[in-house]
Amino acid sequence: MFKRLTLSLSLLLLSSCAKKEEGIAAGPNFEKDLQTALIQAKSGAVIELPEGVFPMTGTLSLTVANVTIRGKGIGKTVLSYKNQTSGAAGIQATGDHFTLEGLTIQDTKGDGVKINDVDGVTIRKVRAEWTGGPNEKNGSYGIYPVKCKNVLIEDSASSGAADAGIYVGQSKNIIVRRSRAEFNVAGIEIENSEGADVYENVATNNAGGLLVFSLPDLPVKGSRQTRVFNNQVFANNTPNFAPKGNIVAKVPTGTGIIVMATHQAEVFGNDIHDNDTVNVSIISYLSTGNPMNDATYDPFVSQVSLHDNKIGAGGTKPAGVAAELIAPKYGKALPGIMWDGIAKGDPQICIHNNGDTGFLNYDAGGEFKKMSTDLKSHSCSLPALAAIELPGGTR
Amino acid sequence: MRRTILILASLALAGCGRGVRSRLEEPYPQKLSTWRLFTGKPAELHPNQGVVPYDLNTTLFTDYAAKKRFVWMPPGQAAVYKPDDTFEFPEGAILAKTFSYADRIIETRLLVHAHSGWVALPYVWNAAQTDAVLDVNADPVNIEWQGTKIHYAIPNSNQCRECHDQSKATGPIGPKARHLNRDQDYPEGRFNQLEYWTRIGYLKGAPDVSKIARQPVWNDPSTGSLDARARAYLEVNCAHCHSPNGSASNTGLYLTDLPTDAMRMGFCKTPVSAGRASAGLLFDAVEGHPEESILLHRMESDEPKVMMPEIGRTLVHREGAALIRQWLSSMTLASLAGGCGVVRPAI
Repeated sequence: MFKRLTLSLSLLLLSSCAKKEEGIAAGPNFEKDLQTALIQAKSGAVIELPEGVFPMTGTLSLTVANVTIRGKGIGKTVLSYKNQTSGAAGIQATGDHFTLEGLTIQDTKGDGVKINDVDGVTIRKVRAEWTGGPNEKNGSYGIYPVKCKNVLIEDSASSGAADAGIYVGQSKNIIVRRSRAEFNVAGIEIENSEGADVYENVATNNAGGLLVFSLPDLPVKGSRQTRVFNNQVFANNTPNFAPKGNIVAKVPTGTGIIVMATHQAEVFGNDIHDNDTVNVSIISYLSTGNPMNDATYDPFVSQVSLHDNKIGAGGTKPAGVAAELIAPKYGKALPGIMWDGIAKGDPQICIHNNGDTGFLNYDAGGEFKKMSTDLKSHSCSLPALAAIELPGGTR
Repeated sequence: MRRTILILASLALAGCGRGVRSRLEEPYPQKLSTWRLFTGKPAELHPNQGVVPYDLNTTLFTDYAAKKRFVWMPPGQAAVYKPDDTFEFPEGAILAKTFSYADRIIETRLLVHAHSGWVALPYVWNAAQTDAVLDVNADPVNIEWQGTKIHYAIPNSNQCRECHDQSKATGPIGPKARHLNRDQDYPEGRFNQLEYWTRIGYLKGAPDVSKIARQPVWNDPSTGSLDARARAYLEVNCAHCHSPNGSASNTGLYLTDLPTDAMRMGFCKTPVSAGRASAGLLFDAVEGHPEESILLHRMESDEPKVMMPEIGRTLVHREGAALIRQWLSSMTLASLAGGCGVVRPAI
């Protein structure tokens, strides 16, 4: 009787062990086993990765919907692509309702994790990094959902990206929160997207901290309804290391937040300081000097509300045009908020309650001749934008 | 008596068993031979009854591998003609593409129109060349071919989809009217492929061949102008991803051979997510300036991340890149980047 009980107990133990060991075992076949598991995964699968550093040679790809890839945590499960010989991205996912959590992706030749055309993206506790620090040979994006819907990126990080560390493009309904972007060209970027809440993030030591962009020539047009709040955006003074030709190469080193060609952006409650060119910049696409061949593209900003931010020191060592053409005329450290002054009609750029930080309209459209520090024409207010809600709450 | 008829009928059915044996749901056969697409000595790829060889005017570059293509339709079924797009194939249709170097067959990729939609099944040939085994995630194969070492990558079944998915639905790429509009040798003689498919009941709805566009052969100047051949090359090698429903749709760079505006084809178009693959160049393509064109730079690279296409090759297609270089050179000279209207930035 007693013996039988012991036996069944050990059987129970065995079966619970077996359950734990579902997933990919460490060892020389790790990469191949993991890719095979991703190919054969059924909807609802959770693929568990063990602790360890795993050398990878090619892109891992996932096309099945409702799959979770889960490691043991940032720095614990590390996929190292230092010796990648094929593909560009580290992980590429196209199945809906994709969750990636608890791992580090290192030194990919291209993007860290690219999620393309997916409804339902959760990136949680993921770090994408290039361990050699800023280098133009690094991959473009760390965490990169594009053409997606219902995107949540939280408690994640990226460093070393030669474009943007955390980038969400051509997507709808987005939350990026509690994440950290450091030593990228752009820390966090929301581009040609509709409905984004970007909050409680830290962007520091990038060339530009946090960008809200709308660009031409893309299939999904325009940027709308972006809230950027309660972020810390400071000391983004790493020299811009983007390869020429990429739009992000034009971001002046030392920029905190840039709102470009965007409609309906609300920037509030942020702590922005010590960005050497400018803490907050609002510009038209025309200021990039790039050609526009896209007749459907609107290069102007409109309905930008900048309120209740804490804007500290900055603008003391400007780069680019700000150094060459603006600072010599303005005369001292550049003010905390700058606008290129290029607009179509009334752009409704409403600026209030940002402490005693200065403002400058530098009249880029008029060859910098009629620069103005007058905030009166920006004393409007816009209705608050609605919070983003993801299906099933904010998960 | 009745029983005898029944037995006879089932014998007749079993007789059909000598023909192709299609499988339209999982589990798919582990061995290529189970499909019975070929008869006789396996490596000779002698087509079984109803298995029809076909070729395309311009073909995708795959590390100089030779390719043989076959199509099979379920009895009585036909593909539906489309003027521009891939034909609409009936459920049960099979497309088989075999890759080889000299006498060594490496792999046969099947695209099967299964109950659940098209599935991509990669079969890897054994060393004895007697059969091939389904391997959804095969290892690369080392090949020495004409003095070149090739670390030949067999796409895993997800990678198949990277090219074969349009808006996430897998499907064939090659069998489009303009690609198939050419002659082929059949046991009965040499005929136009579209006419032959129509005659044997594999295609319905096709107009007279004289009314169907013919894509030029990229490396045969007698088949089309430099512009048409370059566009054909880009269509076949790039447009499965670089098109509005392809996996690179986010780039807004569309390299189809259908009428497209110059910006969509990359002329004076700034790169979107190229990163270091831009090599410091400002535009995807600049008229008259191949050396200023990111598109060509990426075709001439064999480095991961920089090279295009991203998968499907490990070597540079020198002859293809030369064609695109010649094409870009031949265009009206714009004054370098200035011709694309770059002005001094104001940020």
